[in-house]
Amino acid sequence: MNVLLEAVGINKSFGGVQALRDVSLTIRQGEIYGLIGPNGAGKTTFFNVLTGLYAADGGGFSFDGQPLDIAAPHLVAAAGIARTFQNIRLFANMTALENVMVGRHLKSRAGVIGAVLKNAGTRSEEAAIERRAVELLHYVGIADHANALARHLSYGDQRRLEIARALAMEPKLLALDEPAAGMNATETGALRLLIEGLKNDGLTVLLIEHDVKLVMGLCDRVVVLDYGEKIAEDVPEKVRRDPKVIEAYLGGAVA
Amino acid sequence: MNTHAKPWQGIVLIALVLAALPFAVGLGMGNAWVRVLDFALLYIMLALGLNIVVGFAGLLDLGYIAFYAIGAYLYALLASPHFGLHWPTWAILPLGALVSGLFGILLGAPTLRLRGDYLAIVTLGFGEIVRIFLNNLNSPVNITNGPQGIARIDPISIAGVPLSKPLEFLGLALPGVYLYYYLFVLLALVIIFISLRLEDSRIGRAWVAIREDEVAAKTCGINVRNVKLLAFAMGASFGGVAGGLFAGFQEFVSPESFSLMESVMVLCMVVLGGMGHIPGVILGGLLLAVLPEVLRHGAAPVQKLLFGKVLIDPESLRMLLFGLTLILVMLYRPAGLWPSATRKRELSA
Amino acid sequence: MDTFLQQIFNGLTLGSIYALVALGYTMVYGIMGLVNFAHGEVVMIGALTALAVIKPLAAAGLPGPLAVLGGIAVAIPVAMLLGFCIERIAYRPLRNAPRLAPLITAIGVSIVLQQLAMIIWGRNYHSFPPLMPATVREFGGAQITDLQIIIVIVAGAMMVGLLLLVNVTRLGRAMRATAENPQIAGLMGVDANRIISLTFVIGSALAAVAGVMVAANYGIAHYNMGFILGLKAFTAAVLGGIGNLAGAMLGGILLGIIESLGAGYIGDLTGGFMGSDYQDVFAFFVLIVVLIFRPSGLMGEKVSERA
Repeated sequence: MNVLLEAVGINKSFGGVQALRDVSLTIRQGEIYGLIGPNGAGKTTFFNVLTGLYAADGGGFSFDGQPLDIAAPHLVAAAGIARTFQNIRLFANMTALENVMVGRHLKSRAGVIGAVLKNAGTRSEEAAIERRAVELLHYVGIADHANALARHLSYGDQRRLEIARALAMEPKLLALDEPAAGMNATETGALRLLIEGLKNDGLTVLLIEHDVKLVMGLCDRVVVLDYGEKIAEDVPEKVRRDPKVIEAYLGGAVA
Repeated sequence: MNTHAKPWQGIVLIALVLAALPFAVGLGMGNAWVRVLDFALLYIMLALGLNIVVGFAGLLDLGYIAFYAIGAYLYALLASPHFGLHWPTWAILPLGALVSGLFGILLGAPTLRLRGDYLAIVTLGFGEIVRIFLNNLNSPVNITNGPQGIARIDPISIAGVPLSKPLEFLGLALPGVYLYYYLFVLLALVIIFISLRLEDSRIGRAWVAIREDEVAAKTCGINVRNVKLLAFAMGASFGGVAGGLFAGFQEFVSPESFSLMESVMVLCMVVLGGMGHIPGVILGGLLLAVLPEVLRHGAAPVQKLLFGKVLIDPESLRMLLFGLTLILVMLYRPAGLWPSATRKRELSA
Repeated sequence: MDTFLQQIFNGLTLGSIYALVALGYTMVYGIMGLVNFAHGEVVMIGALTALAVIKPLAAAGLPGPLAVLGGIAVAIPVAMLLGFCIERIAYRPLRNAPRLAPLITAIGVSIVLQQLAMIIWGRNYHSFPPLMPATVREFGGAQITDLQIIIVIVAGAMMVGLLLLVNVTRLGRAMRATAENPQIAGLMGVDANRIISLTFVIGSALAAVAGVMVAANYGIAHYNMGFILGLKAFTAAVLGGIGNLAGAMLGGILLGIIESLGAGYIGDLTGGFMGSDYQDVFAFFVLIVVLIFRPSGLMGEKVSERA
């Protein structure tokens, strides 16, 4: 399988604390790739470096055969990486539909003049944005709430909305930061179906997750970080038997 | 066909009301009040411009009046005996929009990384810097004529007809304030139209997204820098046009029309009306432009009526009541007088 | 070099006053994240109240400094009460309102206080009687008056006192805890409302003293002196890093010195193109440059982009 994302020697420290130490990994086209590790292992930091929110101290990425410019988040987004956040970041006072429509920003072009004149081109573009946004709300199963403010959605629906917004960007890689956090068993089950569906549609998914059962069941391959260092990268069956991983999780949690 | 006719009926009704308003006001209360209406329309344009920056993009700008000043002085310099230039109105107004827009970018560029209150103080500083320059650029080279301001500015004229003189129309002599009223209404409608179109567009959504969550907006691929600068430029260009109209209407400009208090006033219009909600902002502009005048004219007579004499200086009383109005409106309607429907739902919930 | 030293002395005097007022802004901001735009008016009310007491006292034959002390003794409680009321009326009901709502009420309060002052004290400038020792001392070619020395010393002492209050006492600890996280401070038994009220009261007391200093330094007081002063002090607070006490002091003193040096040298710097009228431009320009390189002010905590 082709390599989609390759990270080489990523370093990041905060005031003397090394949050990521020489992290290298490869994500292949079309797989679900899990990023796990104990609290404070550097998982979210890795996401933030990858998506341009933090500047890396060293190392770099190549994505889809090109060097990835991580100087600014919108450049990463333009290259084809979309993400969600551990603590859900929606546009709270916009409707669910509008949230997803913002996700179409890169896939549309109308500027001020187009907006004011509302010529045929802009009208059809707007219609296409809205059509796609509605489709995506259906896809994640919250079309009924299209016109509700994002802040009024239930927790699980907010998670789904954030995924729909990310999907609106038509990314090559979807990076999900603990999508199951705070979900009950039913919601997690539905999420799992959703992510499997995405894989079947050919999308590559990078997944940070605490729910080890979910990760092990869902992911094709898994990388384990501990204190900012990669300690394992392999298929779930092997990773779960890796002594270093078991030690990192103090023996119990993985088994 | 009937259902299609309905929006048109509404538009015709509004047009009739707007056309008749100066007559109702002028004949009922005197032409001075038509002048008040003219100013209210200028303030509405300003409030809508600031609404783009503060209401949509969420960037707190306390120096907005600087763009009004730039538009006004540009008009004054290009159409007055000061430099002996007499450019036509229709060349100056678009230029005013452009120059103010560029200044908007100039202000925006260094402030992109600043958060709310830091941005407020820097924009405030920018507003003051512009005013101080206008006040002092009379030496060594006299550009702005300093605190005396620039007088004898050419009135706005359309097709060679200056709006300052009464116009014979259907046997009726329409005074200048009426002519300006119609021009300002027209331009205010254009600005309202542009605002509405922008709000409901890809750019408008990007602005609101930045206001709601800048980090999330970035990861959605929005180039926050460009989109913020665009908000500054658009807002400033509205201010520039309004400033040009102000200069031609007054035929006089001086730095004291562009004090910090004016910036604050426009901000009050936006917030008090209902930030980010265009009808609310229009209402805010209208109310805060007209209210001080009502208080000005009412303060002395009402006191005489109640106490038999004027106890408190009417000017003081007027500002006192104005301040109290700001406080009371915000205490009882924190989201503004006419917030958007979604905002309202959220507050009642 | 005498101009230089002279401007430093003048700047230090002005800067100590700015610092006292800036502390009021920064304390409130630190606790509530709110810019109290009405704070400048508290300075003004403090100055005019003190003056209203000082004049009759002096006329009754009390020695100058004692009369001034008497004025301050009345001005401080008046300002404290005012600060308390401002918070109660204009800010507390809006604690959970949209962010700009309290800004507008603050502007409303500011307008109301100015007009009330104008109704009470009139439109005219009130001269501050020359009651304080105006002995001029020479230092390296520059002159400094006893009044200036007193201003700097008193302001310095008050700042040290405030730092001690905040960093050493129980009350100060409660204030810091509330600034950090009001909910958790509440769980620990801190009454956040009381702390917020106290913050306003303390800031207002400093403002009253600053008001008397300004009036004594310039020899006048009037109903709209608070606006510009408040603006400058707020600028100083931002320069130092709003929310940070030491930052407000540093920012105040720096701003005072920058302004004085600007007034003294801007003509030479620009080849005579700009005169001392541009001193405010200079101050704002420095502020903007500082914020470009340090977006949170000189001593503000560095906000990394949080994701």
